[in-house]
Amino acid sequence: MEEDQELERKISGLKTSMAEGERKTALEMVQAAGTDRHCVTFVLHEEDHTLGNSLRYMIMKNPEVEFCGYTTTHPSESKINLRIQTRGALPAVEPFQRGLNELMNVCQHVLDKFEASIKEYKDQKASRNESTF
Amino acid sequence: MAAAQAVQEMRTRVVLGEFGVRNVHTTDFPGNYAGYDDAWDQDRFEKNFRVDVVHLDENSLEFDMVGIDAAIANAFRRILLAEVPTMAVEKVLVYNNTSIVQDEILAHRLGLIPIHADPRLFEYRNQGDEEGTEIDTLQFRLQVRCTRNPHAAKDSSDPNELYVNHKVYTRHMTWVPLGNQADLFPEGAIRPVHDDILIAQLRPGQEIDLLMHCVKGIGKDHAKFSPVATASYRLLPDITLLEPVEGEAAEELSRCFSPGVIEVQEVQGKKVARVANPRLDTFSREVFRNEKLKKVVRLARVRDHYISA
Repeated sequence: MEEDQELERKISGLKTSMAEGERKTALEMVQAAGTDRHCVTFVLHEEDHTLGNSLRYMIMKNPEVEFCGYTTTHPSESKINLRIQTRGALPAVEPFQRGLNELMNVCQHVLDKFEASIKEYKDQKASRNESTF
Repeated sequence: MAAAQAVQEMRTRVVLGEFGVRNVHTTDFPGNYAGYDDAWDQDRFEKNFRVDVVHLDENSLEFDMVGIDAAIANAFRRILLAEVPTMAVEKVLVYNNTSIVQDEILAHRLGLIPIHADPRLFEYRNQGDEEGTEIDTLQFRLQVRCTRNPHAAKDSSDPNELYVNHKVYTRHMTWVPLGNQADLFPEGAIRPVHDDILIAQLRPGQEIDLLMHCVKGIGKDHAKFSPVATASYRLLPDITLLEPVEGEAAEELSRCFSPGVIEVQEVQGKKVARVANPRLDTFSREVFRNEKLKKVVRLARVRDHYISA
């Protein structure tokens, strides 16, 4: 399914621009004063609910995360604020990266299963057509 | 055991009550329920997840996804609508348009025509690039002139008889290969998807002569680039009868739902209702209008079973 590949591409695009020190910001980290690295708000540019909600779900599934939520700042602006707070002293970047990786794995798996299922359906239809002749 | 069953219902079913819907949000995150391990486990997901294709033809696809959450299923739906690229007409160079349809209206209509071309074989056009190369552009020509039909009957008033070429269809669009496109794509591979879409109507003496450039784009940019007419999903309905329903009430119950959902069978001389195929139901909640029957039925949806079309 092309959209699985799209979701994967978007996530890997995000990660590479994080690493490169990009020309166009895709991601920022904002930390409130007086807290340590376990509560962080990430600002993701050019993203909306498509990535926000699915990423929030994957991060919440991590038992180390105490709080995870996202909002769109304003419908005219295409960016989301994603806040992660972890239990204990785990730096918040870690569940963020883990969530992205897990989301990629999920999409890859869904893509594989979907393609297998389509192929099976087509084979079944072909064999059913043959048997009626 | 009733408590355990209630918790199970809260985790796996979205219940449709008479006046509202309960248990809408996903709550199975780690720490919410004692005794359940809800942390993300890729192997458990892979074991539980399956995709079943119900129907597939050239224009539509219906399939079930079981074992996935709403957040991700919705992300797929949003991506299908907005971020899967297609080719569509972007620039129209009008050489001659003497028809009633204004240039910009005609260009707008041409942009919405679906083009049969695999977008994966093309690149996006670079910003600021006016000309377009063979790797990111497709060219089509549309040239139609309407004339009077000399062989028409004297007193006929049917425009099909009186005029030649008075309706401009997509089959009048011809593909103009650029560069090495003629080698890459066989004859007839690049065309509008449907060749009977009416573009404009003409009368004798009017002519349309234009050149169209198609580029690759995504639905977020302009809806003409969206590859699907629509993409939607619904949860699998789950109807349980809390008590056995017999006799006349069984007949009434089967009329409250869509046809095929409730089957009335003859068991030992009595008519008994049985839930036969809940998938067909559209959940019109007709049963709640019936005082006696509304206590007997629980309408719910299975939380992780998505029927996408």
